[in-house]
Amino acid sequence: MLQPINVSLESLNLITLAPMLIAIAGGLIILVLDLINDKLHKSLYVMLTLLILVIDFGAVLGLNVNERGFFDVMLIDGISIISQLMIIVGSMIFTPLALTSKRFHEYSYPEFFALFLFMIAGFQFMVTSDNLILIFVGIETASLALYTLIALHNRANSYEAAVKYFTMGALAAAFYAMGSAVIYGLTGSIELYKVAEVMATRLNEAGLMIAIFGASVLLLTAFAFKLSLFPFHTWAPDVYEGASAPLAGYMSVVPKIAAFVVSIRIFGMYIDLGVEWVRVVILVLAVLTMTLANVMALVQEDVKRMLAYSSISHAGFIMAALALDTTEGTTAIFLYYALFMFTNLGAFSMLWISRHKHRRFNQRFDHPYEKFAGFIHIMPVGAVIMGLFMLSLAGVPPFSVFWGKIYVMQAAVNSGYIWLAIVMGLNSAIAAYYYLKLIVYMFLKDPVKDVDTVYYNLSKPLMAVIGMATLATIGAIFYVQPLVSYLYYMISASGY
Amino acid sequence: MDNILSVLVFFPAIAGLLGFVVDKNSARAYGITVAAIEFLLSLWLWFSFDNANAGMQFVEMIPLIPDFGISYYLGVDGISLFIIIMATLMTLIGMISMSITKNIKNMIITLLFLEMTMVGVFVALDAIIFYLFWELSLVPMLYIIGAWGGPLRVYASIKFFLYTFTGSLIMLVGMLFVAYVYHNLTGVWSFAITDWYALVLPVNYQLWLFGAFFLGFAIKVPMFPFHTWLPYAHGQAPTIGSVILAAVLLKMGTYGFVRFSLPMFPDASVMMITPIAIIAIIMIIYTAMVAYAQKDMKQVIAYSSVSHMGIIMLGIFAMNAEGISGSVFQMLSHGIVSGALFMLVGVIYDRRHTKLMSEFGGLASVMPKYAVIFGIMLMAAVGLPLTIGFVGEFLVLLGFYQVSPIMTILAGTSIIIGAIYMLTVYKQSFFGPVTNEANKTLKDLDAKETWSLVPLVLIVVWLGIYPKPVLGPIDHSVKAMLSFMDEKAITQEAKDMIKVAKKTKEVK
Repeated sequence: MLQPINVSLESLNLITLAPMLIAIAGGLIILVLDLINDKLHKSLYVMLTLLILVIDFGAVLGLNVNERGFFDVMLIDGISIISQLMIIVGSMIFTPLALTSKRFHEYSYPEFFALFLFMIAGFQFMVTSDNLILIFVGIETASLALYTLIALHNRANSYEAAVKYFTMGALAAAFYAMGSAVIYGLTGSIELYKVAEVMATRLNEAGLMIAIFGASVLLLTAFAFKLSLFPFHTWAPDVYEGASAPLAGYMSVVPKIAAFVVSIRIFGMYIDLGVEWVRVVILVLAVLTMTLANVMALVQEDVKRMLAYSSISHAGFIMAALALDTTEGTTAIFLYYALFMFTNLGAFSMLWISRHKHRRFNQRFDHPYEKFAGFIHIMPVGAVIMGLFMLSLAGVPPFSVFWGKIYVMQAAVNSGYIWLAIVMGLNSAIAAYYYLKLIVYMFLKDPVKDVDTVYYNLSKPLMAVIGMATLATIGAIFYVQPLVSYLYYMISASGY
Repeated sequence: MDNILSVLVFFPAIAGLLGFVVDKNSARAYGITVAAIEFLLSLWLWFSFDNANAGMQFVEMIPLIPDFGISYYLGVDGISLFIIIMATLMTLIGMISMSITKNIKNMIITLLFLEMTMVGVFVALDAIIFYLFWELSLVPMLYIIGAWGGPLRVYASIKFFLYTFTGSLIMLVGMLFVAYVYHNLTGVWSFAITDWYALVLPVNYQLWLFGAFFLGFAIKVPMFPFHTWLPYAHGQAPTIGSVILAAVLLKMGTYGFVRFSLPMFPDASVMMITPIAIIAIIMIIYTAMVAYAQKDMKQVIAYSSVSHMGIIMLGIFAMNAEGISGSVFQMLSHGIVSGALFMLVGVIYDRRHTKLMSEFGGLASVMPKYAVIFGIMLMAAVGLPLTIGFVGEFLVLLGFYQVSPIMTILAGTSIIIGAIYMLTVYKQSFFGPVTNEANKTLKDLDAKETWSLVPLVLIVVWLGIYPKPVLGPIDHSVKAMLSFMDEKAITQEAKDMIKVAKKTKEVK
């Protein structure tokens, strides 16, 4: 006879689910509104999405640190709260970019916004659980929504991008499922904290290492796909190129934050258990990723592809911080993304405002470097802002990414990985070349073609977003201190 | 005014921002006025400077990122004081003499931002703030070379940027490591240079860190074999770019050695005397020979500038008061003299649009005023007694003589080779009959050019005859630094090396 399970509503601690439920309910509200009246303008949906995100933000802020809920599958710890906050802020920057002065196909569908909110809920599930199945559900919810969002851009190469991303995503999901299955087979549990307990007792058993190795390699492959680490990064430039510029910028930040949180939980556990070669593998992957992506970025002819490779290289940087597995290293991951988010989304927004319906400069690329030649004469403020973003990405002080960089490098030095810090330094120097290339085009060359349409997609909301990103990039020196101390506090509170 | 350093740093930056509003026809007057005010402010700094105090003065400290030990920490001592004044002076004079008319407003704004970063580097006492200004100074220079330069300007500007950027990133790793060691020993994060001075590091750490900082500084100086970016940068840069680059930006590297490497790593510095002296002598002799082989007047001055930087490096590693004070003084004299020489080449380039010596000849009869000023500056560059160039060079050689007489003699040949190539330039361009028709109608210096060059001539003569007002405070701070280094050094060789200098000083 099965024992009846006694569940009291209080023990479920449903408040831990509130943030995701808000996002999902918001998506449903948008769908219902569309059912009632299908002639509503996109601006309404944009603002509704923003409002829902505001409520979501509030709900996350109100959570208590280190609680569990919903049959203990939800885990609200420090990193889950800060990553949710960052996911929501990133989404808030992204949403107003729909309000361009030209019409684009995807934004005329309210479904776009509903899917967007479902995706956010998916990311939130990913980061607030240490249950391998719930993480899987979160990954798939978010990814499926994201594939659709890419395809909605309605161009031949957007479909290509969506299908490519989908195929790669499916492969990653398969690896993830297999890896989790092996872990379950080894330990009889899918809760990471229990997995860690059981594994700690079985680490010394003869013949078991191969299984532990197998599980971690499968999981590492899955997340290498998601984080676009070498050698699983090849999809990224094509997908970024096919997606609309804001979505590409979004993809280079928010999904990676979510994937990094899960990686911290899983691989941090391995490293804590003393499985040293996981750390070695991650370090090797990280160094290869940042170096090779940098080299590839040097030869790109399209700014968007260059930025795609540059985000891969930045991901490599951050992956190296993960391998350190110190509180500082983990803080560095979040600090880096918090600072990188504004700059990178800003840079992609600058591409967005220069988007044309048809490719005017080049048959193959939307944003070839020639398009930005002489930008300073056409749109001085825009050129200066884009230049600032590029300098920031290159790690020139005092702009935002520099502070992330030195924090990562300091974390590496503190853990005794001085060679890693030097590799990071040299990589920053290589990277400076391709960022400078754009600056050279913008400031030192003359415009090539008819110039009056370069900022054709600009509108007030876009200006506001870019202005905010610029302020956050320039003024980083003033908010790094509170940001670091908050992140450090939250991360050390949850024991990472 | 206790916060005069902040004012000095941010006044040009704010002026640069406001400069966007100024009409482009008035931009030049605006720039000159701002630079003049900045120069007066730096003179004020000098007058309120306490010559008896060898330590840091006008110190300001505001914690910026306390968790990380980064603070806004400024101060000035005898070593940095005159470099700051020289930077503001050369910016002012460079602006007055500037002949650029294209996009003049952008140029003025860029120069003002550059001035902020230059002053910032020399007053920063926090390593991260130092690094911040150090890196930031690359951006305006990149734009100046890239936008107003010669045909290869883009290549030259990118080479300049990447070279320096790479070196300084290695230096950044070194800084982070020092901070880490400091944290390990004290439990506190700090990037303040004055805190770092107190660190006594084991010798092998010192050697590695010396290497990391060396890369950053040596590329900037530029030391052989990292000097290859400089001829390109000078060759392509507009006159104003070369003036600022030679006068101020190169000094950042040598200043870095004095501010960071010597007091932080005394033992490693002493161990490195011989290798660095060898590199410095190669720099001095080799680039002087290369200078002799040039056909382009500007390249001659560019290479001679590298050669003179070698003298400065030699003096810094003499490890005694004469050598280091002489080096700091030579930084000033090199800044003024090479800046003036680049301006003089710019004058003739504006008239003839060529810098090849073979195009000229007999200019002395057509442009007498120009020839006189050129001659004086040339003599100062060679190191003729009673000019500013003599004082620094003499002190450096005197100082290094105590380390190694043979190397000093080798370095002394630079004066001979310098005289050879400089006088060749002078002979080919200024003496003899006017062979080229185009030169017969050249106008002599106009009022603008005269008034920007005459003050420099006066300084060259004044400090050549009576260097004491400048040399006094420098010497004071350098001696304090040396006795501090001596106390801090752990190895006996280092103590001996630094003490030697002190004994001779006492004998005097």
